[in-house]
Amino acid sequence: MDPTKTDGTEYFHRVVDCQWACPAHTDVPEYIRLIAQGRFTDAYLLNRQSNVFPGILGRVCDRPCEPACRRTRVEDKPVAICRLKRVASDNREEIGDRLPQAPRHRNGKRIALVGAGCASLAVANDLIPLGYECVIFEALDKPGGLMRTNIPAFRLPASVLDEEIDYIVDMGVDLRLSHPVQSMSALLEEGFDAVFVGTGAPKGKELKLPGRYDTDRIHIGIQWLESIAFGHVTSVGRRVLIIGVGNTAMDCCRSSLRLGAKNVKVMARKPRAFFKASDWELEDAEEERVKIVVNHSPREFLVEDGKLVGMKFDVLEYEFDDRGRITDSRIVDEATLPCDDVVLAIGQENAFPWVERDIGIEFDKWDVPVVDPTTFESTREGVFFGGDAAFGPKNIIWAVEHGHQAAISIHKYCQGTSLTDRLPRGVNLTTAKMGIHEWSYSNDYDPAGRRIMPHVDLKKRFRKLNIEVELGFSAEDAAAEVERCLNCDLQTVFTAGLCIECDACIDICPVDCLTITPNGDQETIEANLKTARLEAEQPLYLSGPLPHTSRVMVKDENLCVHCGLCAERCPTGAWDMQKSTVVIPYALDEAERDEQLCQTAQKAG
Amino acid sequence: MTSIAKPRIVHRGLSRNRLGLTVRDYEGGMSTLCAGCGHDSVTAAIIQALFELAVPPHRVAKMSGIGCSSKTPAYFLNASHSFNAVHGRMPCIATGAAAANRELYLLGVSGDGDSLSIGLGQFAHAVRRNLDMLYIIENNGVYGLTKGQFSASADIGTAAKRGEVNEQPPIDPVQLTMALGGTFVARSFSGDKDQLVPLIKAGMRHEGFAVIDVLSPCVTFNDHEASTKSYAYTREHSHEVMHTDFVPPMPGITVSYDKGEVVPITMHDGSRLLLRKVSDDYDPHSRGAAIEYIRTQQRKGEIVTGLLFVDESRPDMHGINSTTGMPLNELPFRSLCPGKRRLAALQRRYR
Repeated sequence: MDPTKTDGTEYFHRVVDCQWACPAHTDVPEYIRLIAQGRFTDAYLLNRQSNVFPGILGRVCDRPCEPACRRTRVEDKPVAICRLKRVASDNREEIGDRLPQAPRHRNGKRIALVGAGCASLAVANDLIPLGYECVIFEALDKPGGLMRTNIPAFRLPASVLDEEIDYIVDMGVDLRLSHPVQSMSALLEEGFDAVFVGTGAPKGKELKLPGRYDTDRIHIGIQWLESIAFGHVTSVGRRVLIIGVGNTAMDCCRSSLRLGAKNVKVMARKPRAFFKASDWELEDAEEERVKIVVNHSPREFLVEDGKLVGMKFDVLEYEFDDRGRITDSRIVDEATLPCDDVVLAIGQENAFPWVERDIGIEFDKWDVPVVDPTTFESTREGVFFGGDAAFGPKNIIWAVEHGHQAAISIHKYCQGTSLTDRLPRGVNLTTAKMGIHEWSYSNDYDPAGRRIMPHVDLKKRFRKLNIEVELGFSAEDAAAEVERCLNCDLQTVFTAGLCIECDACIDICPVDCLTITPNGDQETIEANLKTARLEAEQPLYLSGPLPHTSRVMVKDENLCVHCGLCAERCPTGAWDMQKSTVVIPYALDEAERDEQLCQTAQKAG
Repeated sequence: MTSIAKPRIVHRGLSRNRLGLTVRDYEGGMSTLCAGCGHDSVTAAIIQALFELAVPPHRVAKMSGIGCSSKTPAYFLNASHSFNAVHGRMPCIATGAAAANRELYLLGVSGDGDSLSIGLGQFAHAVRRNLDMLYIIENNGVYGLTKGQFSASADIGTAAKRGEVNEQPPIDPVQLTMALGGTFVARSFSGDKDQLVPLIKAGMRHEGFAVIDVLSPCVTFNDHEASTKSYAYTREHSHEVMHTDFVPPMPGITVSYDKGEVVPITMHDGSRLLLRKVSDDYDPHSRGAAIEYIRTQQRKGEIVTGLLFVDESRPDMHGINSTTGMPLNELPFRSLCPGKRRLAALQRRYR
């Protein structure tokens, strides 16, 4: 095998599993370290740089980082990354003077942003400091989009939402509320330099079964949640059935309980392993005594004298192959469940009735706009899409990343430079060695288990619609949880030329992830590893030939706990622990590059 | 020296031996030796070998004297008996322990100073007695604890870190042990666990005195270019003549090998050693030929490694002295202490 190439950006970034999994590449280990040092404000600002809404995401993020966390490969539970983000947010000090600001002189470019959700706000956050004038058009009378309308207040308090949206709006956004955009061509005629569409996926899916339109007690999940958020719906019947088992369904069932329902059932077509809802949302709903019924497929709404009385289901049985995939299903029974209300939470989709189809913006066969996955530009120059509006429903953190990328594209489009000539990501490495036995990070492996998030008492939480259930970590919880982080950004960097093959690193490694072996093909090397390779997805770090014997050093990145003992025990410094920082370019960096190029050109001219 | 403790993580790739123990259960305290010391590798090899042999840790007595090497029993087998003797006096303490409890596995770790200088007399007599123990000499040619003076195993012509050259002839523990009638003599290198681990397993199973001279470079005082006991020099000049594979006793399992190349040796407990000849002209059963071969190669600047001589036929100390078959602590009191009258009878015989 050839030595591993680590000079590009990919390799060391991938080792930081959480940061690699995060769509916005939030520097998780570093912010956890800042929290450990009590630097909550710095931790918050580091978060804000990549994910823009740390307070919001610290509560309701989809957390792709947590399943990726290295800790799950050492023990069961990942580091509570999301909850620690909230710790940074809860304990931050006043940050007003540390936020980016609009320059005194605008650059004369006007950008229209449609929809005041997370994607548009992220674009504005990146463009306003560069001098752009950002006009956000919002149909509702409050900004926030789905973050406000679809996430119930008991999970995300309005005050948190308002505060983080205000950080952006107060930079100087021209926010036009209650101002729905009716026509794209009309908007385009207003002479904006670029248009960004961040209108989300606002259309809940229908379930057209007999009886659907014979009653007004069947609700579409996301519209229903929006009505609750704006106070238009204040009650619900005693018995509620939620159809679907995604995260929206979880919000619907828990909202029902707060509106007075006593008996709430979530009806799932498939077994538990196929649920779309995140594990923690399921747990929280079940803690509130919501019953989740599996293998029930809706057949008919039962309406008597114009009144919804129940729903009829087919009871299904499934067959699985050896990998747990469904191969067949059959109806084994039927069931009738009485109910007063039904909420449909079976998915949502994009809807662009306001975008004319003859103005150069192409839509594909699913009626979704054709959007470039790198530049986020549509088929019409100067019109960009991001968030759920671009590629269908995802989540907040993806929308934020789309916003960052679209901001870069919009800047380049307005400056007349190539949209695809983007700054690459980079990785900086600095040694963490401070002296003898001294490293600039806390490397003692702490076997402590994951802290449990304290919740408001079950009796108290239903009294009002907006009592936030999660209380946040206490100082003690936070102090214990930060130590669970394995510091994956502290890279083990090997310099083959220095190695004297004394085996010290191999002997000391607590997880046996190092091997010195004659080089060969991948199969031979894998056969020689000290511990069997368990995750083919995780890379092997292979050195060049060692000076004494021409053998190679191999590290299985899968197992490493970044304790630094290999570097500590290395007599020649062949192993070193180096702090990696992934450099992620934003619109601001592109603007700085433009300026530098400009200055160079002037000097040359 | 290290102040960071090795975290105790039972990771998913960790296997268990016959006793249900992991290799981590055979570890000891954190090493305070210099980073890169060969002795730490020998420690790791001992841990690996004892784990693979599935030796119950409480059945082992770790014996040592004084020196860097003699510190190492603190770094393996936390759950064993241990005795840290006066400088060079480990063999006599081990003799006493063996006499009292013949069911203990005695594992001695010593150095070139402890065994070849101050303790040479003790060492020689332990060999003669054929004491049933494994005696590992971690040989680095210098006194590391006292800042790197030449030891008795320093080769003629090797230089100290500051440049002075050694003129005194070395004592080679391998040749010495053979001359004194040793029954299991091996040499290995701390940087070659493929060779060292099976040798330790074989030595543990040998009934009698097993000596393994392990070249174990001193990374601080003797790992420089003019040294003949550095990592680089040892790698370049060592030559394995006899590779040993250790086969534990397992009824019903036959091992296939080509008789022309492999010399099988059956141990007392039924385990087998398969000696694979790397050099054709070497005979591990002939004491005289082996010494001659080692000498000749030594003159050419070659360090011969592997299991160099083995004789399973000679009785150990208990056999020679026809001692009782049980550990003394298990003997009934009446046999252990036969009483005044029997003592008087015994004394009369010598009057």
